[in-house]
Amino acid sequence: MSGYFSDLYHGTKSLLVGLGVTFKEMLKPTVTVHYPRETLTITPNYRGHIELVSDEKTGGSLCITCGMCARACPSACISIHSEKPEGSKKKILTGFELDFTRCSLCGICVESCPTDAIAYSQEYNLAGYSREEFHMDLLGRLGKGGGSLT
Amino acid sequence: MKTEAFKDESRHRFLLNMGPQHPATHGVLRLVLEMDGEYVVHLDPVLGYGHRMHEKMAEARPWPSFLPNTARMDYLAALPYNHGYVCLIEKLAGVEVPRRAECIRVATSELNRVASHLLWLGAFLLDLGAFTPILYGFDDREQILDILEDITGSRLTYSYFRVGGVYRDVDDRFVENTRVFIKRMRKRLDIYNKLVTDNIIFIKRTEGIGVISPEMARRYGVTGANLRGSGIAYDIRKTEPYSIYPELDFEIPVGSRGDCFDRYLVRIKEIEQSLRIIEQALDMLPEGEFRGKAPKKIKLPPRAASFAVEAARGELVYFMVGQDSDVPYRLKVRVPSYANLSLIAELCQGMLIADLVSVMGSLDLVIPEIDR
Amino acid sequence: MDTAFLPPELLRMLIAALFVVTVVFVNALFMVYAERKIAGHIQRRPGPYEVGWHGILQTLVDGIKLMTKELVIPRDANRMLFRVAPLLAFTPVVMPFLVLPFSENLTIIDMNIGLIFILAMASLNVMAILVAGWSSNNKYGLFGAMRSVAQNIAYEIPILLSLLSVVLITNSFSMRTIVEAQISGLWFCLLQPLAFIIYLIAALAETNRAPFDMPEAESELTAGFHTEYSGMGFGLFFLGEYTNMFIVSSVAVAVFLGGWSGLPLPMDAWTGAFWFLLKVYILMFIMIWVRWTYPRVRFDQLMNLSWKYLIPFALLNLIVTAVIVKL
Ligand code: SF4
Ligand code: SF4
Repeated sequence: MSGYFSDLYHGTKSLLVGLGVTFKEMLKPTVTVHYPRETLTITPNYRGHIELVSDEKTGGSLCITCGMCARACPSACISIHSEKPEGSKKKILTGFELDFTRCSLCGICVESCPTDAIAYSQEYNLAGYSREEFHMDLLGRLGKGGGSLT
Repeated sequence: MKTEAFKDESRHRFLLNMGPQHPATHGVLRLVLEMDGEYVVHLDPVLGYGHRMHEKMAEARPWPSFLPNTARMDYLAALPYNHGYVCLIEKLAGVEVPRRAECIRVATSELNRVASHLLWLGAFLLDLGAFTPILYGFDDREQILDILEDITGSRLTYSYFRVGGVYRDVDDRFVENTRVFIKRMRKRLDIYNKLVTDNIIFIKRTEGIGVISPEMARRYGVTGANLRGSGIAYDIRKTEPYSIYPELDFEIPVGSRGDCFDRYLVRIKEIEQSLRIIEQALDMLPEGEFRGKAPKKIKLPPRAASFAVEAARGELVYFMVGQDSDVPYRLKVRVPSYANLSLIAELCQGMLIADLVSVMGSLDLVIPEIDR
Repeated sequence: MDTAFLPPELLRMLIAALFVVTVVFVNALFMVYAERKIAGHIQRRPGPYEVGWHGILQTLVDGIKLMTKELVIPRDANRMLFRVAPLLAFTPVVMPFLVLPFSENLTIIDMNIGLIFILAMASLNVMAILVAGWSSNNKYGLFGAMRSVAQNIAYEIPILLSLLSVVLITNSFSMRTIVEAQISGLWFCLLQPLAFIIYLIAALAETNRAPFDMPEAESELTAGFHTEYSGMGFGLFFLGEYTNMFIVSSVAVAVFLGGWSGLPLPMDAWTGAFWFLLKVYILMFIMIWVRWTYPRVRFDQLMNLSWKYLIPFALLNLIVTAVIVKL
């Protein structure tokens, strides 16, 4: 019987305290960010999809087409196309494609690149209507200023 | 509860399918319940809806490529999973880790643990029908995610640890933000206690419900807060300490009865302890390398090794057999939630369906981790 | 000629019906919006925000969406009952409006059994839930229905007992007389605080609101009795719930909080209605506030609360009142 009344007393008290907590919280300002109208600044360390880094001198890519990144990628989402022009020792990059639908944003490719030719982009709100929109031609983006990150 | 009634075969029973899209089976767990009215007579968990062949994937690719996978098993506390995996490789290959990296690893892992516990708190209360704590929990968790995003670059599946260290160094801003967060979190714990811990409805819903006896917990291999709630102070961070845990001063909170309420209390106290650990790890953060010299190519020697860490849900063990190549012969992951789930059939016999929900919530299951 | 066509009584009824339906819809629209806003702010988020100024049109849009949606009838459901249930949920909650004393002059009919009429109508609501749960042929739905029946029976008793102790004082079931008794004397929430509190708790359970929302108990029964309902079928249940809230709050105001009495305001004709509605909405705010604070109680605990706490205390209160009145 003593449990009966102490339950009643402590129970009621705890319930009132609970109401107090929510009431106080209710009067505080909201913490929501109204997304399309307000945006947060993204940390510079954000890991978005990868992007080719442009060479400051030539404006081209720093990539030496060694293929390290493509080999290191766990999801095999990088494909590199290169050709060796006549008389030249070095291969040049003719295409760098990223299948972003499979990328896990792990960053292993970035780490494995010997020339730091790839970096993360800051893009976080990608959306599209088809899969193909995420098969990105990174070399093409580089030309259009998409990859001007350094 | 009313076990005698269940032995009576003549009583009308029916099957109830709970999940895989039921609000209380977070993720995709399916329970097939045999019911007698609102009492559960028998229960069968059905797994595999989130099976992604993680272990098989590990056998088919070089070990560095598996690192992102580890973060995706338990996506709520990805860092301890990274931690176990890199530690295993370091053990197999004999790689030294600089002290600064160890401190960073511990601090971030514990932050992740707090985030995971906060989410659990919200989800558990949601199961019990309180809608508000989950949003308070998310508010606090958001701060952690922001801190971690700032150093790791992602918000959930971090892949932050690398063999020989971590992927990026932390800066003063991280230390400062984390300290601010710890202060804030301590204050917030007070709110949780007032709103939840003391609440009579909450107490009535959890006290004496789903009692796991120490013997039963041992039998099923339950680990983590679920085991500690039953009064066994078993925590890999103390019993088989790794990284810098031996030097840290923290306690292992244990419960006494092993009911849902104890499991809840243990987790809340663990948040406090984790905050202490983070503080100490930040205090002892030395200058120096954040990533040691690890050989570029590590061949996994043809022997077996295992490494255990304390993940947010219990003991996580990686067991790997090498084959003189960088592709392992076999990787076995012992995930805590699997064992924690396995006892539910025995535990929930004769329970009300409302209690079943409360027990499931208190076990803190992450289904994709079970399915892998 | 005209008056022969439409006798004043009929005209009166028509206007009343129109008035009631308007009040029901406007109240539901407003309450859903208020609930979502309050819930939002309790959880530190803004609630509906996008449609109209601060989301003010959100519920209107939602209502239109519900109306345009198809009512999917499960194959194995009892088709007739399945369709009837939402109507059944909606009709009885409208009836009590007939006797609610909004203000001195704004009462549709002043029945001498007003209070009993309301209680009778309120207990019809459980029929709708039972029919809905049963006819959907869904186990979760059936659970919800069964719980609801048990719950409503358990909670009608404390409601009745707590109201009776007021009736003992006023000697009348007429809502009007009860309010007038308070205007001349003290409000009954001061004279009968225990009855008032018991009524409030029981009313929460009677309207199936959290923390007593057993029949829907989302995390246990997905959506309980209306699991299978979509479109306007669901909409009517929803409307019924909010109207029910309005009714129980109105009864609380009329019986315990002095009805339309309040400080005089410049707009003489509307003063009574203003005070009445103000009190009703304050009570409804409390109901919302409670819902977003507590976890849900378990079913057997709900029963315990009623049989072990509410009913004994209500009985005690009733006996004490009876003795004092007789002295
Ligand atoms: S981030 Fe990872 S998954 Fe994505 S392209 Fe680079 S290596 Fe591949
Ligand atoms: S690793 Fe770097 S240099 Fe080599 S192919 Fe990839 S991007 Fe080019």
